[in-house]
Amino acid sequence: MAGKTLYDKLWDAHVVRHNDDGSTLLYIDRHLVHEVTSPQAFEGLRLAGRQPWRVSASLAVADHNVPTTDRSQGISDPVSRLQVETLDSNCRAYGITEFDMNDPRQGIVHVIGPEQGATLPGMTVVCGDSHTSTHGALGALAFGIGTSEVEHVLATQTLMQHKSKAMLVSVDGEIGPGVTAKDIVLAIIGEIGTAGGTGYAIEFGGDAIRALSVEGRMTVCNMAIEAGARCGMVAVDDKTIDYVKGRPFAPKADVWEQAVAAWRELKSDADAEFDRVVRLNAADIKPQVSWGTSPEMVAPVDGAVPNPFKESDPVRKSGMARALEYMGLEPETPITEIKIDRVFIGSCTNSRIEDLRAAASVIKGRKVAASVKQAMVVPGSGLVKRQAEEEGLDKVFLEAGFEWREPGCSMCLAMNADRLESGERCASTSNRNFEGRQGHGGRTHLVSPAMAAAAAIAGHFVDVRSF
Amino acid sequence: MQPFTTLDGLVVPLDRANVDTDAIIPKQFLKSIKRTGFGPNLFDEWRYLDQGQPGQDCSQRPLNPDFVLNHDRYQGAEVLLARRNFGCGSSREHAPWALADYGIRAVVAPSFGDIFYNNCLKNGLLPIALSEEAVQQLFEEVEANPGYRLQIDLPEQTVTTPSGEVLRFDIDDFRKHCLINGLDEIGLTLQHADEIRAYEQRRNQQAPWLFGNG
Ligand code: SF4
Repeated sequence: MAGKTLYDKLWDAHVVRHNDDGSTLLYIDRHLVHEVTSPQAFEGLRLAGRQPWRVSASLAVADHNVPTTDRSQGISDPVSRLQVETLDSNCRAYGITEFDMNDPRQGIVHVIGPEQGATLPGMTVVCGDSHTSTHGALGALAFGIGTSEVEHVLATQTLMQHKSKAMLVSVDGEIGPGVTAKDIVLAIIGEIGTAGGTGYAIEFGGDAIRALSVEGRMTVCNMAIEAGARCGMVAVDDKTIDYVKGRPFAPKADVWEQAVAAWRELKSDADAEFDRVVRLNAADIKPQVSWGTSPEMVAPVDGAVPNPFKESDPVRKSGMARALEYMGLEPETPITEIKIDRVFIGSCTNSRIEDLRAAASVIKGRKVAASVKQAMVVPGSGLVKRQAEEEGLDKVFLEAGFEWREPGCSMCLAMNADRLESGERCASTSNRNFEGRQGHGGRTHLVSPAMAAAAAIAGHFVDVRSF
Repeated sequence: MQPFTTLDGLVVPLDRANVDTDAIIPKQFLKSIKRTGFGPNLFDEWRYLDQGQPGQDCSQRPLNPDFVLNHDRYQGAEVLLARRNFGCGSSREHAPWALADYGIRAVVAPSFGDIFYNNCLKNGLLPIALSEEAVQQLFEEVEANPGYRLQIDLPEQTVTTPSGEVLRFDIDDFRKHCLINGLDEIGLTLQHADEIRAYEQRRNQQAPWLFGNG
């Protein structure tokens, strides 16, 4: 019999019962909660007269709606304010731990989970947010759920699930200088497409993934959903264990040793079989820039915007043409000739300390181009912000002409005041370039933090490798 | 949940691949703390010429005459015909809430975003995956025939075209059962409360750190 994949191991450890129809009742260890997808779940709970099954499994934070400027005055938009206050009052009513807007530990839900050790290897982690896949970087089974499922987890600490197929994406060899985790994952999505992972759980492996820091692995797993997979994961190794050690929610003393011994098993067996294997050669991956309105629409920085007339698949062709029209781009324009209006460094993909260090190292001693209207850095959490300030990164950004903001989702999806105006073009370190994502009519180009920083200085995309 | 058994519904074709949940219901409407009222803002950015804000009276807004939902012949549609990877992107259940609130009861497409597919089933909205070729054929037939309707039979797992052609679709038994009977899944799961507790006890022995011990 073939060995087990990491996914098999995580799945098997959480089976409460198998149902006759092939579905499984799966136990959920950690439930992360934010303000946008939870109010209707709490309301459902209340209407049915139910209590949360195990409140200690939940950790809540407000991130999507919060302002990234001075918060002492609260939230000015009444609708956003009500949503955040609703989270506060639900957490209070049910006794759920919450990092409220003014807590120094507040931040983007997918940044604070690992940062606090609330996400641990071997856990099942869910959140009413598709980028929950991020947490798989720690060797966890982590996936996004809808609001009905949020309510189901609150009430039962389980979910009715069907097992996915297993895919291995192996990035072999070494990436070149200036190429980052973001470029790896954009290249993967460019290769397999935004539906390539649909129905699969993806394990990311290979030398290039092993060589990434845990933060870099989070960037990769974060975008598994952009490849259509509900979850992405990376096997546990020394880096994972070093990362977790000493975090507030992590196990201590004797239990720590016991946990580490269990976590060491969290990797696919050598003879495990995957339903699909995709291999990429790391050395071929260049810094990536998305040109369209879907994350699969990417090109290497030394490439050009494609020409829809050269595409044979009719659905794809019309999608490309529509994307170019929305993006205001001509076919075959070299990527480096695309000028930008704004720069956003942030989001659960790229707002951790290493991301900020990478961006700061590019801009140090330089200035944001006069043609760029706004360049902003939004740290992923209050603790990332504090760390960056201790390292003096805030000064580097401010001196270059960047804005230095308070933590939150911000211009990743523009639910708060941070957004693009119609027609504006943004170099963004976030994960989605959908139409209107960063503001009505806004045009998003997905890039790594280093590439975003270089674009801010140049006023257009440039190859950070020769910058 | 509203049960779903059979439907004889007018079809509206949305000829785009990779329609994401941001397009189905843009983020500014996610600030609501209710489950209802999203219908007027379904496909907001495509449907109206201005930029929508929460709480606005949508009947006063300029409609985009080119957008298919605004065409006279598709008014009252209950079946949405779509292209591959429909509902990709975010986990927002507001997307099926908006479709259902608008009056859509079933979505037919070659494939769906995973989370969206699940979310539909929890809201009495039936996602039906048919082959690319079948969907292509339906697009052609809808465009050629005003008033084009599909008959959907969930117990039989069939879609029947006006010419009598029968297309079969797959759905797993548990979800089908819940949908046909409009069942509350939480209630069903709680029937296994003892098993959940037994699992917790077992697991707490093996991995106490997962329960805050240590
Ligand atoms: S940063 Fe963006 S992608 Fe991440 S949770 Fe917030 S809105 Fe979602």
